[in-house]
Amino acid sequence: MQIDLAVKDVSKTFDDFVAVDNISFEVADGSFFSILGPSGCGKTTLLRMIAGLTEPSAGTIEIRGKSMHGIPPNKRPVNLIFQHLALFPMMNVGENIAFGLCRRGDDKATIKNKVKTILERVELTGFDDKKVDQLSGGQKQRVAIARCLVLEPAVLLLDEPLGALDLKLREQMKVELKKLQAKVGTTFVYITHDQSEALVMSDHVAVMNQGIFEQIDTPQNLYNSPDTPFVAQFVGDNNTWSGQIRHCDQKTAEVETTDDRVFRTKIRQQLQPGDEVDLFLRPEAMLIQPDANLANLNRFEVIVKDLLFDGANSRLLANPLDADTELLIALPQTHQYDYIQKNDKVEIGWDEQSGICFPREGQGSKVPGSALSSLGLRPSGFDPTRRRGKQG
Amino acid sequence: MTSHKRWGLFFFLAPVVLWLFVMIVLPHIDLLVMSFRFENDEGQMQWSLNNYLAFFEEPIYWLTFVRTAIYSILVTFLTFVIALPLAFYITKVVNPKYQGFLLVLLLLPFWVSELVRVYGWMILLRESGVINHFLLKAGILRQPIEMLYRDSTMILGLVYTSMLFMVVPIVSVLDSLDNSLIEAAYDLGANMWTILFKIIIPHASPGIMSGSIVVFMLTLGNYLTPNLMGGKNSLWFTEQIYNQFIASFNWNQGSAFGFLLLVLSSIVVWLGLKLTRQNLKKVVQ
Repeated sequence: MQIDLAVKDVSKTFDDFVAVDNISFEVADGSFFSILGPSGCGKTTLLRMIAGLTEPSAGTIEIRGKSMHGIPPNKRPVNLIFQHLALFPMMNVGENIAFGLCRRGDDKATIKNKVKTILERVELTGFDDKKVDQLSGGQKQRVAIARCLVLEPAVLLLDEPLGALDLKLREQMKVELKKLQAKVGTTFVYITHDQSEALVMSDHVAVMNQGIFEQIDTPQNLYNSPDTPFVAQFVGDNNTWSGQIRHCDQKTAEVETTDDRVFRTKIRQQLQPGDEVDLFLRPEAMLIQPDANLANLNRFEVIVKDLLFDGANSRLLANPLDADTELLIALPQTHQYDYIQKNDKVEIGWDEQSGICFPREGQGSKVPGSALSSLGLRPSGFDPTRRRGKQG
Repeated sequence: MTSHKRWGLFFFLAPVVLWLFVMIVLPHIDLLVMSFRFENDEGQMQWSLNNYLAFFEEPIYWLTFVRTAIYSILVTFLTFVIALPLAFYITKVVNPKYQGFLLVLLLLPFWVSELVRVYGWMILLRESGVINHFLLKAGILRQPIEMLYRDSTMILGLVYTSMLFMVVPIVSVLDSLDNSLIEAAYDLGANMWTILFKIIIPHASPGIMSGSIVVFMLTLGNYLTPNLMGGKNSLWFTEQIYNQFIASFNWNQGSAFGFLLLVLSSIVVWLGLKLTRQNLKKVVQ
């Protein structure tokens, strides 16, 4: 497997602010790699350093094995799709797409052919003479992608290009982008703050927070076994309890929560009785009125406070009996639970395998790296103690 | 309601219309009429084209006219060449904190009247002036040279006087240029010159055009700077008009010259707009 992009120990500091803190990762040829993080986490800075628009303070960036140090953006085999696309309004669609080819000095006939081919590929045949402002949001998107892809870059960088689109179109473009990437086989590096974009499209996702990578993994692993509390909370929804370990063995622990409930949950790292922990649980991990025969369930009763209807994503907002912890519980729209009303008392159960337990922030922790090393990916720059030091 | 609106419109528009009519339209009609009147041998005024014919028959008149037109275009171009990088620096390069400060610096010389500014240049440039003094002191010159009363000096003065009127409109169009367009072009393989000619100038063209129109018209109609800095050799057409009105007391001939200048500036502006494929509406915005 060829490595298209290798980022090695890259840092970027602005005055005394560390935007990107010693990050390393590799992206394999033809894969779709996403960097997911909240705004201000440094992901745009990282992308701009790969494109060459910003110089890293330290570290090296290699594209197809060649160091990019000192090479200006117009000489790099990468292209960037900007957040607001940056199509040239003074040119028509054809001229926009031909722009890079003309700079390279291709002859007229070749340029014309390539523009035609790429327009076909993004399903905009015959749009050559259209003005940029005559295009719809989705069409502009595709022109911006075509303008970069026609140059056949080693890596295509995308800076939240779907951010400006309305929801319906965004959902549609997500699938289209994924399909397009599979079709052309170019390596995509995509940054976004929208976890669903990252999860749907990517082969691998890096979750970034405050200048470092918290975890690099497949979307499935990020969701099902997050490495850090930040990933657990940022990727998907989670219910959170604080609590203390009562008993524990190698694989499971009994946690007494602050609202006086006792749950059994699997654990992934060594914990001692008495340790303060945070317990995370996905809304869909909680079963409503579970079958009495199911074993290994943590069962408890809740009072339904509200029904949050959102189609397939509907939830119950509930409090455990005699406590004011707010819980979100997935409410499958199978008509099976139509009888549930506000203020009803409902039994809830969850399997001890679905709990995610982390030592409370502020206590020392070691996050296992086994899941990562098996992928050949390395979340460098990850050191929870240092990150917390920066927060404090 | 509608009658209210109409009254409001009338109320606010009246001073403008009145001003335009009394101060601009009426005098121009008077001048136009005058330019077609000619005193015959018996000392009677009559309608005639003689004033316009005189312009074409006397080479000094139309040569001055052409010279003024060409130099005005040159001044406009030079002003643009200096103003564009300046405006780019102010809008895109410098820290936004200092942007206002730099614009005020540009504006500052205009708090002083043009006359004083031109005299300032004269103090610097004349034979016994500041620059000659320092060049002599430094041993670069053995004899002082007269830097005033040359075409180049006159152009320098005209460019200096016009600078602000070019920089301000270009600054305002460049402000609206999205930085990511420049970065996108750079990312797609363009070098500095391609970015300048393919992205920056096309985007800035309405501002460049409106700046050019203002600078061209101001330069063409300038009397003070050519007269003081170019001296007798300046041969600026406004001086011919002045001579007809004041020296020869031939108001009819002067009016004809004035109208010829008006026609010239209109034609050049129209040509400029046509050549750059723009319309006046977009440019004056």
